[in-house]
Amino acid sequence: MSERELDGLIVDDSERCIFRVHRSTMISDEILRLERERIFAAVWLYLGHESEIRRPGDYVRRSVGGRPLIFARGKNGTINGFYNTCTHRGATICRQDSGNAKSLQCFYHAWTFDLDGNLTGVPDAQAYGPGFDRDALGLRRVARLESYRGFVFVSFNPEVEPLSEYLAGARRYIDLVVDSADGELEIIAGSNQYTIQANWKLLAENSFDGYHGLPTHETYFTYIAGLEEDARRKIGDLSPSGAAKSYLTTGRGRDLGNGHGLTQKVAPWGRPIAKWSALFGAEAKPKIEALHRQLVEKYGDERAFEMADTSRNMVIFPNFVLNDIMAITARTFTPVSPGIMRVSAWQLAPVNESPEMRAARLDNFLTFLGPGGFATPDDVEALESCQQGFAATEVEWSDISRGMNLDEPRPLDELQMRTWWRRWRELMTGRVPAMAR
Amino acid sequence: MLETARAGSIARSDVEEFLYGEARLLDAWQLDAWAALFTEDARYVVPANDKPDGDPARDLVVIDDDHNRILARVTRLKSRHAHREYPSSRTRHQVTNVLVLDRSGDTLQVEAAFTVWRFRNERADYYVGRYDYVLVVTGDGLRIRSKRATMDMTSLHPAGAVSIIL
Repeated sequence: MSERELDGLIVDDSERCIFRVHRSTMISDEILRLERERIFAAVWLYLGHESEIRRPGDYVRRSVGGRPLIFARGKNGTINGFYNTCTHRGATICRQDSGNAKSLQCFYHAWTFDLDGNLTGVPDAQAYGPGFDRDALGLRRVARLESYRGFVFVSFNPEVEPLSEYLAGARRYIDLVVDSADGELEIIAGSNQYTIQANWKLLAENSFDGYHGLPTHETYFTYIAGLEEDARRKIGDLSPSGAAKSYLTTGRGRDLGNGHGLTQKVAPWGRPIAKWSALFGAEAKPKIEALHRQLVEKYGDERAFEMADTSRNMVIFPNFVLNDIMAITARTFTPVSPGIMRVSAWQLAPVNESPEMRAARLDNFLTFLGPGGFATPDDVEALESCQQGFAATEVEWSDISRGMNLDEPRPLDELQMRTWWRRWRELMTGRVPAMAR
Repeated sequence: MLETARAGSIARSDVEEFLYGEARLLDAWQLDAWAALFTEDARYVVPANDKPDGDPARDLVVIDDDHNRILARVTRLKSRHAHREYPSSRTRHQVTNVLVLDRSGDTLQVEAAFTVWRFRNERADYYVGRYDYVLVVTGDGLRIRSKRATMDMTSLHPAGAVSIIL
């Protein structure tokens, strides 16, 4: 496809406040081939969290951008990212999801590598000639690996800008999550790995789409409203909750630079840090309030309010989601084909959280999130439903214009999605367009 | 020791009949009748695929319902707004390899194997694994105090959710 054809896939008309995306972007093999080359092989992709490999020798097997990788902690504590393929003949070396080891041995011909990637064992090595270079045959490292506040990213592009530069405005909101957790987060054991029969870009859109919240997740809002009312009645709190109302009227959508975007609103639900709701129970109230006071003391009223009272959905371009909503969830998703993606999702929590608060957090997570939650399955349905609709190729465009006429777009608007798509076009065409709302 | 006699008098065939009955209610989408099989202090848990021994108080799980949330799940699934299940999928809950591991007081520990098929929109999803039940003998027959459905699949792929009751 030519630059001009690719450019024409998005209509971005700030005068008429119209933003449209051509639906061929969701079904075309050629587009996916170009995305693999110009996006997945070019930018930073999420690999994992430092807490998953705490001790030297810890390793996790992972697939990133379609590549099999090993995420490992070396002997001296270095964080390593290797391609999970034997430099000899290609077999995957790490065949367990995770573990701790001094070395990893390829079962095929028994070549052995340490957790820093050095080739330490070659059976019958004397049969190789003078050109055999052990040093060059260590596990191949990914071109770049950098970490920001515990979140480890890789890039297959040696020329990519430094991670912290790439993250741009997203850094502030990662900081907000990590600082509110007293500086250290960990991944909770257990993950969700599922398949959505839809284009991967639909999940980027959905992850910070405020507009779908009330209609798609009506059963969730009905459920928490009912529970809140019961719980409030039990403890004699009769003040109105008004959850759905605050959902509709508060908040902002933001462009964080480099395609990253965010929606932020006053949370219509309880948050383990640190917004008590009747759902957490009366006994948790003093604890959550104490946590809130600590945040105010440490960070001041304004920042503490953002940390505790606001819900934030953030997409770091292209496919990393860090949503600090009723709990903290991290997710990444990778295309298998234009119509199929694989999703991996985790839950994060402060390392030093008390067991009671941890249990309350886990419970709050499950009300909405995850493949068995009261909301996520309906998102999966919505995305698959869109994908099925795209087969009607005569209907060519999807509309993402909401809020283009507003100076301060809300989470219900679509600035954050336009931000994502503008970056997509920039990378796909190799052209930097003029900034628009 | 009257209590012991109560659980002691329950044969494996009684347990099998009870579990087949539960499966039948689920496949017929008679979810109110299904929820009525649970005691007030009941728990329904589905661990994460990669953490089959997961503890809901400490680890990420897929489902951790107390009695209230079991009822809420049923209310949700019966509404027209649980979009993943409206229109409802067709399911088949197959329960086999039933073993009564322990009988004490009015309580039975039961293990079984399950294969749950879900068909919708010309697509098939499957869930395979082990049930661990705690059943209690009541004046109204057997009731479920705890149901834990541990999946054997290493991940949910190719399924997109656990939108039905396992």
